[in-house]
Amino acid sequence: MTALIETRDLSRHYPAGDGVVKALDGVSLSVPGGAFVAAMGPSGSGKSTFLNLIGALDRPTRGTYRLSGENVADLPPDRLADLRARRLGFVFQSFHLLPRADALANVALPMVYRGLGRTARRDRAAMALDRVGLGGRLHHRPSQLSGGQQQRVAIARALVNAPDLLLADEPTGALDSRTGLEIMALFQALHAGGMAVMVVTHDEAVARFASRILRFSDGHLIRDEARVPVQAAALLAEREAA
Amino acid sequence: MNAPVRDVAPVAAPVSAAGTAAPAGLPPMPPSSGRMHPFEALGSAFAALTANALRSMLTALGIFIGVAAVIATVAVGAGARQQVMQQIQSLGANLLMVWSGSVTQGGVRLGAGQRQNLSWDDAEAIMRDLPAVEVAAGSIRQSFQVVAGNQNWSTSILATAIDYFVAHDWNVAEGRLFSPEEANSGRKLALIGATVAENLFGDEDPLGREIRIRATPFEVIGVLARKGQNTAGQDQDDIIIIPYWTARRSVMGASRANARAVNVVSVKVHEGEDMAAAEAALRALFRQRHRVAANEPDSVQIRNLSEVAATRDASSRTLSVLLASVAAVSLLVGGIGVMNIMLVSVTERTREIGLRLAIGARRGDILAQFLAEAVLLALLGGAAGVGAGIAISHVMAEAGGWPVLVEWDAILLAVGVSGLTGLFFGYWPARQAARLDPITALRHD
Repeated sequence: MTALIETRDLSRHYPAGDGVVKALDGVSLSVPGGAFVAAMGPSGSGKSTFLNLIGALDRPTRGTYRLSGENVADLPPDRLADLRARRLGFVFQSFHLLPRADALANVALPMVYRGLGRTARRDRAAMALDRVGLGGRLHHRPSQLSGGQQQRVAIARALVNAPDLLLADEPTGALDSRTGLEIMALFQALHAGGMAVMVVTHDEAVARFASRILRFSDGHLIRDEARVPVQAAALLAEREAA
Repeated sequence: MNAPVRDVAPVAAPVSAAGTAAPAGLPPMPPSSGRMHPFEALGSAFAALTANALRSMLTALGIFIGVAAVIATVAVGAGARQQVMQQIQSLGANLLMVWSGSVTQGGVRLGAGQRQNLSWDDAEAIMRDLPAVEVAAGSIRQSFQVVAGNQNWSTSILATAIDYFVAHDWNVAEGRLFSPEEANSGRKLALIGATVAENLFGDEDPLGREIRIRATPFEVIGVLARKGQNTAGQDQDDIIIIPYWTARRSVMGASRANARAVNVVSVKVHEGEDMAAAEAALRALFRQRHRVAANEPDSVQIRNLSEVAATRDASSRTLSVLLASVAAVSLLVGGIGVMNIMLVSVTERTREIGLRLAIGARRGDILAQFLAEAVLLALLGGAAGVGAGIAISHVMAEAGGWPVLVEWDAILLAVGVSGLTGLFFGYWPARQAARLDPITALRHD
C-alpha cells in the first residue's frame, strides 16, 4: 500500500544575502494513512517549513514529496489548490476565521471552492460543526465564541471537505491548558475515527498525544521516534475528578 | 534516513484500510463541479461591500457623480438636437430662400430686402428654367392690424402662392388651403396661424368667420398647423396667409411701384438633388435675369436655412462633447477612487486571502472575488448615477425650460462604461490579491 506521505531528500532553501538559508534540508520519511504525527522543534528548526511543504502551500527547492503516490512538487498552482481543497485540512494557531461570517458560513467556505451548492454546503457544515461539538452554535460569530470554540470551528472547517490529512500548526498555542487538552482530545478522537493528523508544535506537552514524533533541528530531521501516546481524554477526566 | 513505519494502535483506532471511508466522521462528499461557481464571487463581493457600507458608498460617489453628469448632459444635448431637428423640419427640407439684395445709395448700404428687385415672375422663371427645383413661391409680408368682431390683433400678413405650403412643408390643422383657381381669381380667403386664432377667436371655432384686414373682409377657411418658434425665437404661428393676387388687389397693392414685387422667393429643391449645385444654378439664373455685370456682387441673397440650423446643431454638439468630457474625467477620478479602496481592501484582508488559498481557492478564484467587488461597486455607483442623472434632467426640463431627452442607449452606455471602469481599475488590486503567497499572507498582521 502506498504511504500517505513519502518524502525523499525534501529541502527548502532561501537565498539570504550572499548565501542560502537551509530552512529544511534532506528530509526523507514515510507516513502511513491514519497516523498521528507530531513535528517538534524550537523555532527556526524547520518544522513549519516542513508543514508548509506537506500542506502544498510551498514547493521544495530539492527533493520529492508524494502524497498518496502523487508527486506534489511537479504540480501547477491550480492543481496544488485542488489538492488543498480535496486532500488536506488546515488548522492554525490563530484560527483564521472570517470575523463577519457565522460559524456555519466559516465552515462552509472551503466547499465554495469545490463548487458545492449552497444548501449542500450548509447541511454539511452543520454536520461538521456537530462533529466537533458545536451543533448548538451554528449562527454564532467568532467574536461570540470562546477561543476553544473558535478552534473547534476551524477544525470543523478543516474536516468539512473530508481530507486525508489534517495539518495543525500550534493548534493549542493561543489556548489555556485545559482548552488545549480538549482540542487535543478532539484530534485524538478524529484520529481514532481513521483521520491522519500532523501537529506542529514546540511543546512537549502537546507532542505526547501523538504516536510518532519527528524532531527537527536546524532544518534537519534529527529523530523519528514512535511512542505510546498519552490519552488527552483520560487527562481531562482526571482533572474533572480532582 | 528511513522512517520506521509503525502502527502502535494504542486506541481502538480502526486502521483505515479503506482510506476513503470518511475518516472525518462525515458522509462522503457529494459530487460537485470541483470549481467555484462564478456567482459565488458576486455573493462574497456583495457581502464585503455591505460590510463596509459607508466606505463603499463614498467610493462609489465618484462613479455616481460621473454617470449622473453624463446622463444629464447627454439628455440636454439630445434634447437640444431634437429641438433643432424639429426646427429644421418646420423650416422645410431642401429649402433655399432668395431675398432681394442690398442697395447702395451714395455710399450708404441698406440691408437685404431693401432693393425690391424680386418679382412674381422670378419664381415662375425658376420653376421653368431649373429642373432641380420642385417648387418656387414668391411671397410678400407686411404687418397689419386685423379685426375680428370686437377683437383686434397686429400680425404679419403673408401673401403668397399655394406652392408656398409645399416649399415649407406646411398645411392646415383645420379647414382647407385655398385652391390655385381661388388664388388667381382674387377671392378674399385667409388662413390663420394658431396664435392669431387664439387672439382673435379664443375658444371659438374660427372657420367660416370673417376678419378684416385694412377694412377688407376676408373669410377664414383654415387654421395652420402649429410650427412653434423658429431658430431666431420668433413665433411662426403669429401669421395670416392670403393669396398673393388678392393681396395685390385689395390690401397691399396699389401704392407699390412694382405691382408684381415679392420680398422673398422660397425654393424647394427636389429630394436627392445637390443643394450646393442648386444654389449655384439659382445664383447664375438671377445674375442673368438681373443683368449683373461680371465684376459686380449678386443682386440677390440666397440662404440655405437648414444649414443655419445645422450650424446651431453643431455648436450644441460641441457643447455636449465638452460637458461629456468633463463627465468622463469625473468617471476617471471615480475609477481611481475604486482602485485606491480596492488596494486598501486587499491589504486589510491579506490574512483572509491567505486562508482562502490554504483551504483550496485557486488564484483565479481570488482574482474573480476582488474583481467582482470592484465591478459591483462601480456598477452600483453607475446605476444610482443613472437614476440621479434622469432626475436632474427632469429638474432642468421643469425649472430651466430646457428640452431634455433621456435616451436608452445613453443609459446602457453609462452603465456599461461604469462597469468597465470597475473592471479596469479593479484589475490591478485583484491581481495583487491573487498573487499573494499563501504562507506570507497567513502570517500578515
